[in-house]
Amino acid sequence: MDSDFALFPKAASTIAPRVDALYVFLVWLTIILTALIAVLIVYYAVKYRRANKVDRTRPATSIWVEIVWILAPLPILLLIFFWGAEVFFAMARPPADTMEFTVVAKQWMWKFQHPTGQREIDTLHIPLGRAIRFKMISQDVIHSMFVPAFRVKQDVLPGRYTTLWFEATEVGEYHLFCAEYCGTKHSAMRGTVTVMTARDYQDWLSGGADQESPAVAGQKIFEQLRCGSCHLGGGSQQRGPALHNVFGAPVKLSDGSTVVADENYLRESIIRPQARVVAGYQPIMPSYAVNFETNEEGLLDLIAYLKAMNEDGSITTEGAAGSAPDDTKKP
Amino acid sequence: MPIPESTLTKPTDDHPPVAHHFDDWQQQSDACLLGMWVFLVTEVMFFGGLFTAYMIYRASAPETFAVASRHLNIWLGGTNTVVLLTSSFTMALAVYAANHRQAKNLMLFLVATIVLGLTFMGIKAYEYWDKYQQGLVPIRGLEFETGVLSEHDDGHNGEQIEVPGTGDQPSISQQAVEHGPPFDRGKAQIFYGLYFVMTGVHFLHMVIGIVLLLLFLRPAARGRFTGGDFLPVELMGLYWHFVDIVWIFLFPLLYLIDRSPS
Amino acid sequence: MSTVLDQPPVTVPKIHYLNARYNVASWLLTVDHKRIAILYLLTITLFFFLGGAAAVLFRLELMTPEGDLVQPETYNKLFTLHGVIMIFFFLIPSIPAVLGNFLIPIMIGARDLAFPRLNLLSWYLLLIGGLFTIWVMLVGGVDTGWTFYTPYSSTYSNTYVMATGIGIFITGFSSILTGLNFIVTIHKMRAPGMTWYRLPLFVWSNYATSLIMVLGTPVLAITILLVALERGLGIGIFDPKLGGDPVLFQHLFWFYSHPAVYIMVLPAFGVISELIAAFSRNRVFGYRFVAFASLAIAVLGFLVWGHHMFVSGQSVNTGMVFSILSLLIAIPSAIKVFNWTATLYKGTVSFYTPMLYALGFIGLFVIGGMTGLFLACMPIDVHVHDTYFIVAHFHYIMVGGTVMAYLGGIHYWWPKITGRLYPEGWARFSAILVFVGFNLTFFPQFVLGYLGMPRRYWAYPEEWQVLNVMSSAGASILGFAYIFPMLYLFWSLRYGKHASANPWDARGLEWTTSSPPPTENFPITPIVTEGPYAYPGVNPHETH
Repeated sequence: MDSDFALFPKAASTIAPRVDALYVFLVWLTIILTALIAVLIVYYAVKYRRANKVDRTRPATSIWVEIVWILAPLPILLLIFFWGAEVFFAMARPPADTMEFTVVAKQWMWKFQHPTGQREIDTLHIPLGRAIRFKMISQDVIHSMFVPAFRVKQDVLPGRYTTLWFEATEVGEYHLFCAEYCGTKHSAMRGTVTVMTARDYQDWLSGGADQESPAVAGQKIFEQLRCGSCHLGGGSQQRGPALHNVFGAPVKLSDGSTVVADENYLRESIIRPQARVVAGYQPIMPSYAVNFETNEEGLLDLIAYLKAMNEDGSITTEGAAGSAPDDTKKP
Repeated sequence: MPIPESTLTKPTDDHPPVAHHFDDWQQQSDACLLGMWVFLVTEVMFFGGLFTAYMIYRASAPETFAVASRHLNIWLGGTNTVVLLTSSFTMALAVYAANHRQAKNLMLFLVATIVLGLTFMGIKAYEYWDKYQQGLVPIRGLEFETGVLSEHDDGHNGEQIEVPGTGDQPSISQQAVEHGPPFDRGKAQIFYGLYFVMTGVHFLHMVIGIVLLLLFLRPAARGRFTGGDFLPVELMGLYWHFVDIVWIFLFPLLYLIDRSPS
Repeated sequence: MSTVLDQPPVTVPKIHYLNARYNVASWLLTVDHKRIAILYLLTITLFFFLGGAAAVLFRLELMTPEGDLVQPETYNKLFTLHGVIMIFFFLIPSIPAVLGNFLIPIMIGARDLAFPRLNLLSWYLLLIGGLFTIWVMLVGGVDTGWTFYTPYSSTYSNTYVMATGIGIFITGFSSILTGLNFIVTIHKMRAPGMTWYRLPLFVWSNYATSLIMVLGTPVLAITILLVALERGLGIGIFDPKLGGDPVLFQHLFWFYSHPAVYIMVLPAFGVISELIAAFSRNRVFGYRFVAFASLAIAVLGFLVWGHHMFVSGQSVNTGMVFSILSLLIAIPSAIKVFNWTATLYKGTVSFYTPMLYALGFIGLFVIGGMTGLFLACMPIDVHVHDTYFIVAHFHYIMVGGTVMAYLGGIHYWWPKITGRLYPEGWARFSAILVFVGFNLTFFPQFVLGYLGMPRRYWAYPEEWQVLNVMSSAGASILGFAYIFPMLYLFWSLRYGKHASANPWDARGLEWTTSSPPPTENFPITPIVTEGPYAYPGVNPHETH
């Protein structure tokens, strides 16, 4: 970790230089405008100080002066807006092939899980040059995931998944903070992100014991809870909708509307199944909230399984293996 | 025009004494009315926060809100609406009476308004008690009986779903409803939470209104408001009508969702 | 002491509002807006120093990266105490309740506010709410931060959230009633000839402030009520386990609390307009634009709350709307700054203490306002949200802005309020010390924020110690700089020179009555024939 005194943070992600460019632009704008006002004030104040004998015949106020300085800031503001929006879109839209890590926050720790199943607490190892997406949820209060070197931050909410993505561009160790005040040890809820080359990351992964991928763990939960008795088997006997390929697809609901089955919809359908029922099915599913009340990880596994499952309940090959080892790019 | 201090506070036939800092009765009267209107604007914003919360949650679970709403007693709510509207009418008559210096009528209509207001509160209190009996009070320490809400109209109980537990997973046995509309327990509880907060805050405004009206009775009996100064009665009327209008919004939003035969 | 300030012989009125009566009841039961203003002044000064003491303690804690001076529980209670007191019990009442209360009736030529007893009630509500809250926070403590985010405040915190909420709820009514009183007074109590465009800009800005108080505060009240019900009874509105949305709290909270920023800073704009005009001996350039800029800020202020929530999980499109609206609010703010600068042009400028505060205000407000653009710009806000950058930004607005203007105003109207002149040399020294101490405290926090130091941290990585020590050093200077004015102003009550009715040779109705004014403000109701800034050489058509 760089413990040297600095006035500007390290930029270690693809988005960081873009945020910095905008920031530096605004800093210069602030300096110029503040200096302009300061110079004018000092100049006028000194020139028209009481003891000074100068011409004080005042010109009539011109409405045009007002109109000019109402309109002059507009283009600058619009520039800031559009420039900001462009960078913000890039922050909000992850590329297609992200490695997905899950993050469960609780007072006062961060629990991470790699796509291959390894788990870490308060420390996280990630490969260089891969777009990484965090799927995050809190088990208690609102937290906020913040890695200054990557210029990313996202609140982590209870009861709802939020995501953020970044791509690290520099090997090193970086601070990770909880930025949303979350109670007594808020300031202890910090950790370290270690960015490694792809090769080092592979070595690091293989150093641990063999891990179950989230989808495999999720399949076990699926079987334990007998989800298959309603959601597998096909035909007209099946009481619940089939779940393979449901992730990311539009689902028609009983009230006629349509929803895209994202992670939050899947989560809601397990915890509060009657909130939004799929059209054509009876609202008979009981809530499984009690099973996951203190086990957000299990719910994340189950959703990982739903994403990877085949029609017969087996897991697609990539899901079984986890996505990281095969498609980690060469640095 | 400079106005000499000595002329300021003298009462005349047309109006009561003017407070020291006002120039004349007109100014005092205008100021009081504007003040009351501004106060009612703050009240609108106060209830506005609750209506916003209601709209957001209703949009997130319209079917559940409809189911939960069906268990409010529409007849009691409807009766209360009529009672409250009538009380607004008697209040308006009270203002008219004060304006026209009819002391007897003023007393009559003030008492009528109080009686109608108390009737409303009585019915409302019965409804609260009824909801308590049914287990529909969503507060900590009381069991929120969703079973009452999800009971099917034809009395047919849904099928039993058994999910056996394994290891550390507890088993689940839950009553599920067949053929009924979707029903989300949590959102139903939120509906009742909002119901109690919204009607409760309205109830509190009723209590304040009744207390104020009771305070009006003695001076009214002594002719305080029928000698030209009917302003307090008019301000009271504005408040009372506002409380009435809030109910006019609350009643359909809480009681009448999904009541149309479709 | 300058030539303007020496205008012998000074005739001191025999009977004025301060000595009309002496007993305790004549103060505690007074309905005179001027006496109530004094009561407010004493009350919020007490609150200010309490809130300041908490700040001193946590700045000391932050001298070292490890948490060593106090426990984290204590630290969390300290910054909550600081935030709650400073915002709800000092900044929100500061300029309106003290200077506004004293000056608005006099400036418009009225004998009192429209509802004097309501005015007294407002003070009692602030006093009771404030003392109750402070008692709760000192004895028990609250650790939620002044923002009370759910579900931490509603479910998880083990501290006295409910009691604090009740205190703030009570105080909210003080704010509502003050706003109501001002609106009615300004509408209905103006002296003959006092048209809307002859109102001093201080009155305009307090009018805009009152609108926000009346429209925003009730939403805070209902939000606090919901949190209290959630916490006490568990009704579930913000409970994610029932499908309730904790982020809904943030929407309701910021719907009030962003406009509340303008409750704090709009009256400061009004003070600065008066000071700049008086010490440039000039009309305020673009009077109508400055006046309507206040109203524009009040209206726009209600539409930008979402910029506090760019990382709360709201949709990208929602963020975009709030971003552009937040950027637009820079325009009315800029109008004010440009017009103040232009007011100096061809004026007759003197540098008494109030003017030093006013010029300092403009500088700090420009920095505070410009950094507001950073926060309206989404990608930068994502990085600096909930860091010290935010802390620095809002202190530039609220301390660099509001407190500077408040102090400037107190000095400017001190002769009118007390009938005494303050010692100019000491006052100038303190004004400069405040400016220096303020910048040393808060400028390093901008740097810390962009480096990534989150706010509300009890301990922090060691590489940030240098900047934190700078900030703490500045805070100690600032602390001293705030104590000086209290001492010499208190001193001046007995030893200061008597002030004439118009020691600054300024314009405006408040300077036409004696210092201190009589209880009824004016012996005879004034008739207004010109605008508020009719200084020599100002074109009479341009006096407003």
